[in-house]
Amino acid sequence: MRRADCLAAIYEDLSDCAVVTIMGAVAIELYGLGHRPNFFYLQHAMGLASSMGLGIALAQPDRRVAVIDGDGSLLMNLGGLSTLARYAPANLAHLVFDNESLLSVGGFPTATATGTDLCAAARAAGIAHARVVTDLETFAEAARAAIAADHLASVVAKVEPVGPSTFHMDLHLLENRFEFARALRSPARRA
Amino acid sequence: MAVSERGSKAVYHALRGAGVRLVSALPETWLVHLIRMAEADPDMILVRLAKEEEGVGISAGAHLAGMRSALLMQNHGLLQSVNGIVSLAQLYRVPLLMLVSDRGHLGERDAWQTAGGRVTRPVLDALGIVWGELADPAEADRRIGDAMTLAHSSLSPVAVLLTRELMWEDGG
Repeated sequence: MRRADCLAAIYEDLSDCAVVTIMGAVAIELYGLGHRPNFFYLQHAMGLASSMGLGIALAQPDRRVAVIDGDGSLLMNLGGLSTLARYAPANLAHLVFDNESLLSVGGFPTATATGTDLCAAARAAGIAHARVVTDLETFAEAARAAIAADHLASVVAKVEPVGPSTFHMDLHLLENRFEFARALRSPARRA
Repeated sequence: MAVSERGSKAVYHALRGAGVRLVSALPETWLVHLIRMAEADPDMILVRLAKEEEGVGISAGAHLAGMRSALLMQNHGLLQSVNGIVSLAQLYRVPLLMLVSDRGHLGERDAWQTAGGRVTRPVLDALGIVWGELADPAEADRRIGDAMTLAHSSLSPVAVLLTRELMWEDGG
């Protein structure tokens, strides 16, 4: 399963969400599908995408929030899983692409390559609705359900360690930041 | 010797006055009253953190979503959060109000706080973060309100150091 195909499969489902992605391949692949004002690409601060999503979800409980995380980033903020579980915002979906590597910096294996199980970690942290998926059809179904659910849900998608040929985005991070804030300050389109 | 309720109440009143609706915090001795006040306040969202750097992300998200917040932590929490402060709050121009208990400074008796106390101000200076001390409860509204104003006008982190005089009674 390729992450780019997963993103394409749920692209329309993200149209009404506040979306926070991590840097690197995830960001460029989502951007490549077509940027929207409600997409925020966290280009640094590895690990904090889930914390940002939590802040947005708590501040705007009527807006759906989707965090698109990765194994390398999540491993840098495992404690954040316990904070997510503790406040369990019903409007937050945590989608984790696990390619078992730090792809953007040369493909070095992460600890998920040697047995760390992020879905089990999420469950053990207290996120009751956490599942792991390994094929595209199941991913799309699980991700849609997580986005639509009235409870915190986590989906860990095992994907191939392949990414785009370039990480260049024709969108300055500050332009993205201000545009995203404006988008969030307009009314949520669905609860 | 005890954590000052008077100082804590003054800080909390100032936070409310500055429009803060969300406080993320990692407990430490000096902050116990403040955290309990936030917890008891139905109009405040309290996020108990596992690690202080998370609070930078939470405040960034809350800001982009239009909510004023503050991060409540010990100075060691500030040290722990430096990458988030630099590569999220500063890089992305996020107004981040940080209330930092000023451990390890004049009067500190706990040896383990002293290394952090020695570097707190130099680290803030090195990061280019404007900071001020708060020692007098009567100054809390003004000082914390001013810090929030600067954070928003400069779109940058601002730190208020909660001193021993403010947070600890009997000079112990």
